[in-house]
Amino acid sequence: MARVVVDVMPKPEILDPQGQAALGAAGRLGFTGIKEIRQGKHFEIEVDDTVDDATLEKIAEGFLANPVIEQWTITRVDA
Amino acid sequence: MSARIGVITFPGTLDDGDAARAVRYADAEAVPLWHADENLHDVDAVVVPGGFSYGDYLRAGVIARFAPVMTPVIEAARAGMPVLGICNGFQILCEAGLLPGAMIRNQGLHFICRDQWLRVENTGTAWTSRYEQGAEILIPMKNIDGCYVAEQSTLDELEAEGRVVFRYVGGNPNGSRNDIAGIRSENGRVVGLMPHPEHAIDALTGPSDDGLGMFYSAVDALIKA
Repeated sequence: MARVVVDVMPKPEILDPQGQAALGAAGRLGFTGIKEIRQGKHFEIEVDDTVDDATLEKIAEGFLANPVIEQWTITRVDA
Repeated sequence: MSARIGVITFPGTLDDGDAARAVRYADAEAVPLWHADENLHDVDAVVVPGGFSYGDYLRAGVIARFAPVMTPVIEAARAGMPVLGICNGFQILCEAGLLPGAMIRNQGLHFICRDQWLRVENTGTAWTSRYEQGAEILIPMKNIDGCYVAEQSTLDELEAEGRVVFRYVGGNPNGSRNDIAGIRSENGRVVGLMPHPEHAIDALTGPSDDGLGMFYSAVDALIKA
């Protein structure tokens, strides 16, 4: 068994209206010094030993993330 | 024999009823297709209607894209079957790779529900042959993930090849790149758009009957085939 974390973020060149809204709200709430907020998704996945890195890559690229608009990182937390 | 046009229902689909009604208005037979179907019941064309398939969980359209019924839809579309994706259906066709690009959250974050003017930019598709080039049509739109985005190279290609089928008129409602409301596949058989032609087929129940032309166009395409 292993725990895998996949973080999915909008590509830098893709507009992120939710991040922009959070940034605006942070300013209105009085938090200063915040330059940028981008919102993404964080997946925690439990896998057994049959799931190799190539399979994880496929799960991320074809399913958890849309390569047209998002980029992702895959991290094995405890192998 | 009238054309058989399939209308897919996924869990969370909302507009299958109106899509089937639009098919019938165009004198075709509306054939219900279920997400778990593994064949298309001999239909001649397919409408992927709007709604919130699988609750739009993960991303709009992505889970529906992997539903059993999509395997024969993708196969048939690649072989030239006319397929129309409306709203969530457009998102599903993009996720399935039948159309390029993707939809993200509307700029401004509002769920936009209103009647929207569109310009018909390309009449060389299975779904737009009944329109005049440059015609302006009024049909409802209702979505929150309607902002069309794609790589610049993809946008350039769509523009160069006349693959933008519908463009927003009178201001861009949601930040869609190049004011794009709808696009087509290379062969013009697959069309996707965010606004809802199936809600504009009769002045009694919609803002116009401007949407009906899409369904008549498909029937024409099937008769010619």
